[in-house]
Amino acid sequence: MENGSILTYLLITPILGSLILLFIRKEQENLIQWFGLAVSLAAFIISLVMFTNFDQSNGSFQLVEKYLWIDGLNVSYHIGVDGISVLLILLTTFLTPLTLISTWGTIKKNIKLFTFFMLFLEAGMLGVFISLDLFLFYIFWEAMLIPMYFIIGVWGGENRIYASIKFFIYTMFGSLLMLVAIIWLAVDASSQLGYFTTNLLELYKVGPTIARDIQNYLFLAFFFSFAIKVPLFPLHTWLPDAHVQAPTAGSVILAGVLLKMGTYGLIRFNLPLFPQASVEFAPYISVFAVIGIIYGALVAMVQTDMKKLVAYSSVAHLGFVVLGIFAMTVESVQGAVIQMINHGLSTGALFLLVGMIYERTHSREISFYGGIAKLVPVYATFLMIASLSSIGLPGMNGFIGEFLILLGSFKSQVLDNWWFTIFAASGVIFAAVYLLWMYQRVVFGNVTNPKLENLSDMNGKEWLVLVPIILLIFWIGIYPTTFLDITETSTINILEQVQNFTIKLLN
Amino acid sequence: MPQNSQEILLMLPHVVIGVGIVISLLIEMYSKKSETILPWISLFVFVFAGVHSIINISANQILFGGMLEVGGKPAIFNFIFNIGAALLILNSIDYIKKYESNHGEYYILIQSAILGMMVMAGSKDIFMIFIGLELMSIAFYVLAGINKKKSSSNEAALKYFLLGAFATGFIVYGIALIYGVSSTTSVDSIIQNFSTFTQNILFIVGLLLFIIGFSFKIAAFPFHMWVPDVYQGSATTVTGLMSTTGKTAAFSVLLIILSASLINYNIDIFAPYFAVIATLSMLYGSIVAIAQKNLKRMLAYSSISHAGYMAIGLAAANSEAFSGIIFYLAAYTFMNIGAFGIISIIEKQNDANTDLTAYAGLASKSPILAAFMSLFMFALAGIPPLAGFFGKYYVFISAIEADLTWLAVVGVFSSVISVYFYLRLVVYMYFKESEKDIDLHIDKYSLLSVVVSGILVIYFGISPDSLLNLILSVVN
Repeated sequence: MENGSILTYLLITPILGSLILLFIRKEQENLIQWFGLAVSLAAFIISLVMFTNFDQSNGSFQLVEKYLWIDGLNVSYHIGVDGISVLLILLTTFLTPLTLISTWGTIKKNIKLFTFFMLFLEAGMLGVFISLDLFLFYIFWEAMLIPMYFIIGVWGGENRIYASIKFFIYTMFGSLLMLVAIIWLAVDASSQLGYFTTNLLELYKVGPTIARDIQNYLFLAFFFSFAIKVPLFPLHTWLPDAHVQAPTAGSVILAGVLLKMGTYGLIRFNLPLFPQASVEFAPYISVFAVIGIIYGALVAMVQTDMKKLVAYSSVAHLGFVVLGIFAMTVESVQGAVIQMINHGLSTGALFLLVGMIYERTHSREISFYGGIAKLVPVYATFLMIASLSSIGLPGMNGFIGEFLILLGSFKSQVLDNWWFTIFAASGVIFAAVYLLWMYQRVVFGNVTNPKLENLSDMNGKEWLVLVPIILLIFWIGIYPTTFLDITETSTINILEQVQNFTIKLLN
Repeated sequence: MPQNSQEILLMLPHVVIGVGIVISLLIEMYSKKSETILPWISLFVFVFAGVHSIINISANQILFGGMLEVGGKPAIFNFIFNIGAALLILNSIDYIKKYESNHGEYYILIQSAILGMMVMAGSKDIFMIFIGLELMSIAFYVLAGINKKKSSSNEAALKYFLLGAFATGFIVYGIALIYGVSSTTSVDSIIQNFSTFTQNILFIVGLLLFIIGFSFKIAAFPFHMWVPDVYQGSATTVTGLMSTTGKTAAFSVLLIILSASLINYNIDIFAPYFAVIATLSMLYGSIVAIAQKNLKRMLAYSSISHAGYMAIGLAAANSEAFSGIIFYLAAYTFMNIGAFGIISIIEKQNDANTDLTAYAGLASKSPILAAFMSLFMFALAGIPPLAGFFGKYYVFISAIEADLTWLAVVGVFSSVISVYFYLRLVVYMYFKESEKDIDLHIDKYSLLSVVVSGILVIYFGISPDSLLNLILSVVN
């Protein structure tokens, strides 16, 4: 394998896999499942090889490939990674095989189509993280809606049609506004550079020179699109619907990777393309982020449905990420990236755990349970670990991310206000309240519901899915340097770009 | 007359279709097996004319003393018309048999209509435009009513004829005024002296009438009233043809106006007009389509809305718009023909049922049809990387270059609205179960047509360069 085009291999593996899958007969369900797993594992291995070729000390884009694609509009197949996208790619390729395994036995309807869409989705997500051309990025960004739409709509719960359409239209609305902004940027580039281009690296030079009032509009168009995806309060209303109706695998991918595309977009596009506007809007956005942290936590607290509770906890967690990004310090942005990974792992694990118990009892109501610690001790332990990780207990991953974000926002010169940190910190306490309270009601006490008596504990497949996630949770918690080293230089690079046009951000 | 053999060679697409019409007439008269022979003759002439045009695209010449242009821009249009028609012929073979309209005239009329479109796209003289238009329109009036035993089909034909004649009246009156001021019927000399002529108000009135006449033909709001009934009532294959190639032919004429403002740059007096009809068509089409329960009617409103997107380009009036519209037309033609092809297959099984409910559970009955239908719906909604997205992208570029960003934003809103009804069909096919069990029979020719359209929609989306370079080579 040639190292020069490893990103293409990575992208093409799930695409080819999904195409080959179409030629397998629908009835050979076992073969389909194993094939899907093999393809996603292959993608994981390729992403590990890519990681070994990645130079952490270099903050610029690496493993870059560029071929002219659409001559007439100067669009290139231009891909590459930096420290931030590398982590997100690894998260994607890590979660996909695990989710595929988790669907064995739980997805019974049309396994072939499901596996096809999961691989298609993986390709779309990888494409989003590696694109260095705005046109290419937009294509992956939109194309990825299709598989998720089907995954919610075909394999989802009772209200799946409403949820899937809401998901699609919400996201599409934001992204089309972004499309107009992308074209605007490219047209503006043609007056400055002399040629129409959507090349991100060239637009990094064009974006900051755009007149301030127009830059604000462009910033808002991009921001709106990403904020819907994140989702930032008050644009989050599609999320609980989508999460609750989606099948477990859908929720895991949605929470684990899809939401990260929004925050990734903010880091990759909003900050460096429109630095002046970013600094100007940062305090306002941070207000919404903090509201989201508190609101998400309060709403999560009153949920009676476990899945909905986890869904609202996502709103709170992603609020932290957005706060970290717009605090614009090295610590906070790195914390935001780590928190993106953390949220993927811990919320992913929580969704998997909720899904596992739902498979057994067909209920997600908290009041349905009680006292299951005696019946399923292993399950209770896993749920404990995942909850504590989500709360941010020191020694686990969540703590690192939240701590860095709070630290960074505290000394942020862009925000320049302690109250953001103080209010955000209260979100950590709320998180402990809603998760531990849920845990207490579900796991402790006496078994009151006779339907629970035959509950079986975790099986081998479920162990296999959860153990790798738990290991990573502790790895990040105990030795975060591994991950912080990856993101550091790239983070500094992005902040330098912002600093060049605005106020001093780096020491 | 063509001066030498090389010029005759360039005329071959027109000649072959003309000869095809005559031969088809004779076969229809003397052969008992005309129904089985004629589809293949039409298929042959269309494929030949389409391929011939695209091969000779660089041989751009004006024949018949400045009457007809061959090669270049018309060649692209000829390609769209002929390949579109060929795909619909494949669909028709089984479809019209079911409705007992499988007489020779069906194929003869389709060939006439396509010949008319080719004349329109290539004409360099206003009268040639008119002749082409009438050749196309009259054939379509009859074709709309080809399902003689269905009252809705008859109604569609009558409605189409009356409103079509009305629109023709506008066009003729417009031509009269244009000729009155310019004393020439040559398109080129009108374009050359455009700035002088436009000082005369009668010329502008004439042009406006001419444009309004063609606004009927492209199905733009507020000249759309015939569209829903005609699209719904006509035989599905005919609807497929007139919604795509018919629209393309009308746009090929409107592009003349665009080149007039391009050559005399700074004169885009009709930009406000096109901006208004673009806005109204996009929004009206998308919003009203939401309320439709009949798929053909829904696609009729979608067609109004797509006319609006293309009219954005006419309002922008720059060179990006020119190539953008042509690309959009090609993309629209293939995705719509694919969709109507599938409708015709389902309609045959389901006792003429074209309601959305007839599609419930299609994914389990025929995964391939459901997959392709979803593909066409996503393409129509403008989801990348399909052909429809690229068309929209290009048109939006032209709008933003022309400082009409607001028009692109309206387009965005309309696209979001339209996603709802395109997706609703997908919802029926994939997310709902069918109420009754029907044995679905898919004939191989229709399937071939659907698959080819689908491949083109994907190919033009993933590799827009293939088509774009051809378009750019003729536009510059």
